[in-house]
Amino acid sequence: MRQSRASTIGAYVVLGVLALVFLVPFYVMIRNAFSTSSWISSPTWHLLPNNWGSANFARLLANTNVGIIQALGVSAVIAVIQTVLTLLIAAMAGYALARLAPTGRGPMRRAGSVVLGLTLGTLMVPSTVTFIPSFVMVAGLGWISSFRGLIVPLLFSAFAVFLYRQYFTGFPVELEEAARLDGAGYWRTFWRVVMPNSIGITGAIGTITFIGAWNAFLWPLLIGQDRSYRTVQVALSTFMTSQGVDVPELFTGGLVAVIPVVLVFVVLQRFLVEGVERSGIG
Amino acid sequence: MQAQAVERSLTGERAVTSGRRRVVGGRTFWFWVFVAPFLAGLLTFVYVPIVWSGYLSLFDARNTVTPRPDQFVGFGNYVSLLTDKAFLTSLGTFMVFTVVIVPLTYAFSLGLALLLQRIRVARTFFRSVFFIPTAVSYVIAAMIWRLSLFNGARFGMVNTIVRSLGGTAVGWLSGDTPVYWVVLVSLRLWLQSGFYMILFIAGLNRIGQDMYEAAALDGATGWKLFRHITWPQLASTTAAIVLLLVISAFQAFDEFYNTLATIGGYPPFARPPLVYLYLISLGGGSQNLGLGSAGTMILTLVIVVFGVVQLVGTRRLEAKR
Repeated sequence: MRQSRASTIGAYVVLGVLALVFLVPFYVMIRNAFSTSSWISSPTWHLLPNNWGSANFARLLANTNVGIIQALGVSAVIAVIQTVLTLLIAAMAGYALARLAPTGRGPMRRAGSVVLGLTLGTLMVPSTVTFIPSFVMVAGLGWISSFRGLIVPLLFSAFAVFLYRQYFTGFPVELEEAARLDGAGYWRTFWRVVMPNSIGITGAIGTITFIGAWNAFLWPLLIGQDRSYRTVQVALSTFMTSQGVDVPELFTGGLVAVIPVVLVFVVLQRFLVEGVERSGIG
Repeated sequence: MQAQAVERSLTGERAVTSGRRRVVGGRTFWFWVFVAPFLAGLLTFVYVPIVWSGYLSLFDARNTVTPRPDQFVGFGNYVSLLTDKAFLTSLGTFMVFTVVIVPLTYAFSLGLALLLQRIRVARTFFRSVFFIPTAVSYVIAAMIWRLSLFNGARFGMVNTIVRSLGGTAVGWLSGDTPVYWVVLVSLRLWLQSGFYMILFIAGLNRIGQDMYEAAALDGATGWKLFRHITWPQLASTTAAIVLLLVISAFQAFDEFYNTLATIGGYPPFARPPLVYLYLISLGGGSQNLGLGSAGTMILTLVIVVFGVVQLVGTRRLEAKR
């Protein structure tokens, strides 16, 4: 599209202003994490921090009410295990639905569409809305305050299965046929040919899952009741709503909790953008 | 290890001689192997719990997931919810929130996508700046919003600006006036717009350049191009994004809870459905799983009905075109 120079300059000005506004919350978090309480609550807004160095961080580490290190550990365990297993389960199911659904006249001929229907049926009703049924199930299994309870119910993502299915449906069937001719079975074809050619979509779904797991709040709040199963989000939330909260310490915690996920995001953003472009949502 | 090596040499040989290896099981067998883990989990952790919860919703089930027969109350939980003003208010809160946040996010993220399309230099940089908030949790965003940006004290960032313009400090979260919506809406707008911007960019990239060129030959520019090409071509993107935005507004919990809950509990205002359900069923000291289950059933029905209406509506519109 051809366009005038003035409109291009206008676009840059608007984008520049909006970008600055979008960066304000990050600036505020960093300023507060490196300031003293009185500096933050001073009636005039101080642009720059006054407490560079690790004093706030040291106080946060020493605060046993927050237990930041343990909380970060719990979050990391949950996010990593949940991401790996979700990808594994969803990729296999997505491939089955795209390629292996029974055909012909047998009694199984509708199996593919039944499973797909069960999957799509849950897309409309996200797991957050049904948090009480999930809680009932996990309580019934006796999994409250355990890693099993925190992780297992979230491993079966209809959304991930659906995205994989869409991707595999468009996968060049010639590659699989070539592998089949070389004597590879379905299992081997999937792991040796299909998955190595699905890095992009796996990176995209993996990033979404990891960020979702790291940032989750409601489910860990319900299930991680015992202190030793508190995720970093629940720990920070509890600290924030408790009495006499130390604001610089809290923001230091926020900064620590946000850094890993922003790093993952910046590194893997490319996959996300490509994945969205190919998935056909939108 | 050895077995693997033997197998490899065998398959190699066979591949050369007959081009084919004995494959265990047929296609149907492998379909079930591949789909089994997901299907088992989906049934166990989605469908069975909903059925179980539907059963519980007919009981006065407090602190138990296996109620006794004498705790049966029929549709009592449903009746008490549907006659509870607070529950109906929570549905109203969801509608208000949706009516504001959906069009705002839609327009804003589409605007960002269109602006990014107009520039060449530093496009990736700008895209990243708008996209990165997606990685921040609602808990941490709420921390920034309630304690610094919209702190009701004089030193809050927005209040500092208000005061420098000659106004007086606003109690953003006190609930005296509905200004808390500014806090909640701006927070979500900041956090989610980047994601929908990416969806719009993908949608815009699918529109063929030749359509624009043809229209430009006809003398169409600016607004006309948008009105007659971009907008109609984005129809399916729009349908998908509106659906996603409404479902995501329906799930609102994290930012409401973390922005508004205090040591004294959650305030009586700004309670969307999931916050309300949490407070009546699990948030207090005891668990009222019967009532909570009934609420879940009603909310599930609401979202399913909405989804069906939206799908049918979209189909009709597409058929008309």
